[in-house]
Amino acid sequence: MAHFMYIATVFLMVAGLYIVMARGNLIKKLIGLSILQTSVYLLYIAPGKLLGGTAPILAPQYTVYSNPLPHVLILTAIVVGVATLALGLAITVRIREAYGTIEEDEIIAIEIELLKKADKLS
Amino acid sequence: MQSDLVLRVIGKILIPFILLFAVYVQFHGDFGPGGGFQAGVIFATGIIFYALIFGLHKARTVIPDNVVEAMLAGGVLLYAGFGIAGFLLGGNYLDYFVLSKDPIHGQHRGIFWVELGVAITVCGVMLKIYYMFASRGNSEEQH
Amino acid sequence: MVLAVLVIARTRNLFSVIVLTGVYSFLMATVLVALDAVDVAMTEAAVGAGVSTVLLLGALHLCKAEEAKPAHRPWIPLALSMATALLLIYGSLGLPEFSDPDAPIHQHVTPRYLKNEIEVPNVVTAVLASFRSYDTLGETTVVFTAGAGIIALLRRRKTPKNERDKHAE
Repeated sequence: MAHFMYIATVFLMVAGLYIVMARGNLIKKLIGLSILQTSVYLLYIAPGKLLGGTAPILAPQYTVYSNPLPHVLILTAIVVGVATLALGLAITVRIREAYGTIEEDEIIAIEIELLKKADKLS
Repeated sequence: MQSDLVLRVIGKILIPFILLFAVYVQFHGDFGPGGGFQAGVIFATGIIFYALIFGLHKARTVIPDNVVEAMLAGGVLLYAGFGIAGFLLGGNYLDYFVLSKDPIHGQHRGIFWVELGVAITVCGVMLKIYYMFASRGNSEEQH
Repeated sequence: MVLAVLVIARTRNLFSVIVLTGVYSFLMATVLVALDAVDVAMTEAAVGAGVSTVLLLGALHLCKAEEAKPAHRPWIPLALSMATALLLIYGSLGLPEFSDPDAPIHQHVTPRYLKNEIEVPNVVTAVLASFRSYDTLGETTVVFTAGAGIIALLRRRKTPKNERDKHAE
C-alpha cells in the first residue's frame, strides 16, 4: 500500500509514453502527452499529502495541513499544459492543411515522394 | 445546435452564474480555493459556452477580437508593471511590502493585482485559442 | 481511471477518445481532491475537462475523426514502455513512504509557508502570488507566448490554399 500511489503514477506515465510512441495519429499523440502530464501532477501532489491533514487553507481548528508547495507548482503547470496542448493542436491543424493528413506514416511517405521529385528535377 | 431550445434556455440561465462564479473565485481566492488561473479559465469557459450555443459571431460581438488580444498582452503587462511599482516605491522587483504603509495590507494589495493580471491573460489566451480554432472551422465549411 | 486510459489507448475513433479524455480528467480531479489539493483539482476540472475537450473537438473538426490502422505491430514501443515502467518502479522503491511527515518535502520551506506570515488563509494563493511571484510571472509569460504562437500559426487566412486551388484548376 505504501508505494501504491507511485505504482499508479508509473502506470499512467508509461501508458502516456506508449500512446506517444505507438500511435501515428498526431492528435492521439497529443492526448498521450497530456496523460503523461497528468501522471506528473500525481507524482508531485501525492508526496505532499499527509494522512489526517487537510487542504492548505488555514483555519484555527486545524493543525495538520498537506504541503502547499507542490499544489502551486502543479496549478501553474496545468494552465501552461493546456496552452502548449493548444499550440500543438494548432501545429497539427497546419500540418493537416499542408499535407492533407495527420498520420505520421503518410506524412513521411509524402515527404519521401517530394524528395524523389526534387532529385529528378535536379 | 443553435436552434436547440433546451440548450438556449439552459444556457441563458447558466451563463450569468458561470461568469459570477468566475468573479467569486477570483476575489475569494485569498480565503478559499481559487485564484487567477481558475478564474480566468472559468470566465473563458462561460464565454465559450455562449459561443457554442449562440454562434461564434455573437460571442465576437460581445467580446471582440481586439479586446481579447488586448487582454492577452494586458495581463502580462499588468503583472510586470506591478513589479515595477514595487521597484519605484523603494523595494525590490515584485516586492509587495512597500505598497502600503501596513506591510500586510501591501501584501494583500499586491496579491490582488497580480492575480488579476494572471486571470486576464489566461482568459484572453483561452478565448483567443477558441476563436482561432472555431473561425478556422467555419471558413473551411464555406469552401 | 486505469480503465479509461486503457480504452483511450485502444480506441481508434478519435471522438470517443476525446470524450474519454474528459472523463479521465474529471477522475483525476477527484483523486486530487482526495489528496487535499483543492485548488489543483478545481483547475484540472475546469481546464482538463472543460477547455481542452472543447479545443480537441475544435481541432478534430478540422481533421479526420478516424485514426488509421497502425501499420506495424506495436511490440517495440510496448517492450520499451515496460522496461521504462520497471525502471521507474525500481526507482520509486527508494522514495519515502506515502504520507510520511518526516519526508524531505515537508521539511524545507513548507513550515514557513504554513506560518501565515502575510495573513492570507489560502496558502496556495499566498505562495503563488507572493512568495513565488517570479515563478508565476514566468508562467504567465509562457501562457502569453503560447497564445501569441497560436495567433501566428492560425491567423493567416486561406491565401496559400486558394492559390493552390487555382493551380489545380
